[in-house]
Amino acid sequence: MISELFTMTVLIGILSSGVRLATPYLYASIGETFGQRSGVLNLGVEGQMLLGAFTAFYVAMNTGSLWLGVLAAMIVGAVMGLAMAFVTVNLHAQQGISGIGFYLFGLGMSDLLFQKMMGTVRTVQGFPKIGIPFLSDIPGIGDIFFNHNILVYGAYLLVLVAWFVLNKTNLGLKIRAVGENPDAADSLGVSVARVRYFTIILGGTLSGVAGASLSIALLNVFQQNMTSGLGFIAVALVYFGAWRPFGVLIGALLFSMVNSLQLWIQVLGVPIPSEIAVMMPYVLTILVLVATVSKVRAPSALTKPFEREE
Amino acid sequence: MPESNILPSGKPRIDSLELRGITKRFPGVLANDHVNFDVKAGEVHALLGENGAGKSTLMKTVYGLYHPDEGEILLNGKPVHISSPTDSINLGIGMIHQHFMLVPSLTVAENVALGLPSSRGPLTDLDAVSKRILELADIYGLRIDPSAYVWQLSVGQQQRIEIIKALYRGAALLILDEPTAVLTPQEVDELFVIMRQMTKDGHALIFISHKLHEVVEICQRVSVLRDGRMIGTRPTSETTKQDLANWMVGREVGFTPDRGNVQRGEVRLKLENVQCGSDRGTPGLRGVSLDIHSGEILGIAGVSGNGQRELADAVTGLRKITGGKVTLENADITNLPPAEITERMLSYIPEERMRDGMIKDFTVAENMILREHHKEPYSRYGFLNLKNISSNADMLIKKFHVKTPSQETLAKNLSGGNIQKIVLAREISRSPRVIIAAQPTRGLDIGATEYVREQLLEQRKQGTAIILISEDLDEILALSDRIAVIYEGSVMDIVPRSEATPQRLGLLMAGVHPE
Ligand SMILES: Nc1ncnc2c1ncn2[C@@H]1O[C@H](COP(=O)(O)OP(=O)(O)OP(=O)(O)O)[C@@H](O)[C@H]1O
Ligand SMILES: [Mg+2]
Repeated sequence: MISELFTMTVLIGILSSGVRLATPYLYASIGETFGQRSGVLNLGVEGQMLLGAFTAFYVAMNTGSLWLGVLAAMIVGAVMGLAMAFVTVNLHAQQGISGIGFYLFGLGMSDLLFQKMMGTVRTVQGFPKIGIPFLSDIPGIGDIFFNHNILVYGAYLLVLVAWFVLNKTNLGLKIRAVGENPDAADSLGVSVARVRYFTIILGGTLSGVAGASLSIALLNVFQQNMTSGLGFIAVALVYFGAWRPFGVLIGALLFSMVNSLQLWIQVLGVPIPSEIAVMMPYVLTILVLVATVSKVRAPSALTKPFEREE
Repeated sequence: MPESNILPSGKPRIDSLELRGITKRFPGVLANDHVNFDVKAGEVHALLGENGAGKSTLMKTVYGLYHPDEGEILLNGKPVHISSPTDSINLGIGMIHQHFMLVPSLTVAENVALGLPSSRGPLTDLDAVSKRILELADIYGLRIDPSAYVWQLSVGQQQRIEIIKALYRGAALLILDEPTAVLTPQEVDELFVIMRQMTKDGHALIFISHKLHEVVEICQRVSVLRDGRMIGTRPTSETTKQDLANWMVGREVGFTPDRGNVQRGEVRLKLENVQCGSDRGTPGLRGVSLDIHSGEILGIAGVSGNGQRELADAVTGLRKITGGKVTLENADITNLPPAEITERMLSYIPEERMRDGMIKDFTVAENMILREHHKEPYSRYGFLNLKNISSNADMLIKKFHVKTPSQETLAKNLSGGNIQKIVLAREISRSPRVIIAAQPTRGLDIGATEYVREQLLEQRKQGTAIILISEDLDEILALSDRIAVIYEGSVMDIVPRSEATPQRLGLLMAGVHPE
């Protein structure tokens, strides 16, 4: 029975769904990376994702347009980001606490809206798979990498774009400077507040997309608390990835691969208690975080509100 | 003064900057009280004053970091409104801050490019920036590698980045807030060459320093602030160091402290062949042996980065000793945890006091008991005794003339020199058996410097063994009984006071054994 795990088909299945399952983590973690590089810890990712997931699902279901759903999720995420930015940048709130507040808000609000506006769990026809011409025909490789829906491809493209923006643009330079030494940036006329508003809103927007990717591209349903901790894992992945987009990519892939393996173990009925299987990705996260922690320093100004001393 | 109105950087000159009636209040403090001040193209104007006199505050007002409550600023005779650093940069004003404003994790070029528009639109143009940095470096003789990361550079090099940052932005007027406090004498000389070049080209410079010989050497005019008020302005050619000192403090100040005659006692601290590693590729310690006796000040002279920091770290338990042995009053303290070494009444005045000596967001009173907070009289059964903490703070504030609105003020809101005094007061006042003092008078005004030196000598009289690490040879010569010269992690020689001359020490510091 164990040997069934190692057939080629199963292996390709595990890898392919691993690549797919990384999608929400990537959107959310890359958004969080921008925030943290500018010195802001957003623990509200999970809440932003939940509201994004609900909004995308609801809009897509009622308009029949998946893209409108994604757009709506982005707007909702951005608005939550805006609120978060106001609270942390203008009011100098403790970032950890206010983030949890936004999480609870998103959790409760998505639940409430779901009950008032939908009542029961329904499904939509999510984004279809798009095989990349030629590449998707390669045996094995094609199914693993080149036969996914558009939001999956987008997530991987985002990693590249994020790396480019952070390292090759003026904006990226400002973000990095503001996260390391906001006083220095300020003394050169860089607006710390503007930069942080930008990154927090961007983070919210991407969390919204992360939610949408769950509800209308991967699972194609909306349920209460359907993210179940995924947003918090996304925050952990930023630490794991040492605040670098490609580090985050590796972390997201590792995590989703183990998750995918775990799912297949259950599907195939391998005699491992399902509780243990479900625990695997989380245990792995903790182990990997412990092993990698302290190798790379966090942005120096992370979680520190900025205020010109006057 | 040069004819042209254009500086070599291609930016227009600032002929004059004038401050009229600038007043700035902080909660409980009148930091600037109707201050008038001016500076002209082609001159260096010194701004003197004791710690907390309001020098940095006045300059931050010019740079747009603070907004004055009253008064106006005139540029080339016309009133200007400066509401942020962006405004001042656009007007051609640059500032080198008392505490550097650099991003350590970025490269030199990135630090310079930060906040500037790029020739490649949204993309950074670091190649072009690097090229321009090298051009400017060439004009002003500043050696710098644009691709180096800031954290890898020495303080002197970091300061050059600050100057380049200002020049790059076309600063025609440059404010230098205590630029020499952290520099070695050689680096100061290099800075002065650059400053002379800049004034020759038509820049206007404002220079803040507590070292009067520097003021006499480099400045044309000097103004003195006392308690936020402008006392007056004079040409430096008409004053001497002693005049300036008396004028600034408002009383006679002596330059040579009285050492008295002290009989040295038993060995308190003993280092035997101590070895340890280092950060950033500078040498650690390569087998250092020293005896420090009760009632003795042992000076450690040397160019910075030759193992001074590692020596202090190793003795205080902050760095792992890889070989050899440290003994404190006959007890082996090699690699003991810092807390246990502290318990044995070893006091440490660290070089980077802002970072290693205090907690910026704690109050003055709290900072003053950091080392003893867990012991009587400051705490009992785990509860703090606020009354004793407060009376201790009152006593130290008075004794060390710490200028602060109250003992409840957060340490970070004090002036640079007064922040230093908190650490000094705490470390000296606990009647230690041994003191490690690294650059104890850096950033202090002359009155405070005098006081701290007196205190160290007083400790010596009471039998404390003192290691004095200083880059200031005058300080070493004035205080030490013996002087150990450290070079590349080894002690070159230990010279008794009577035989120590600046020449002899200078050679040893350069690694040369005069035979
Ligand atoms: N941000 C602030 N908040 C409150 N008080 C302040 C602040 N900055 C400065 N002060 C107070 O204003 C006074 C002047 O400080 P300032 O830093 O200008 O002194 P300074 O002349 O530069 O001294 P030093 O030589 O020690 O650097 C001090 O009493 C200080 O406590
Ligand atoms: Mg100052």
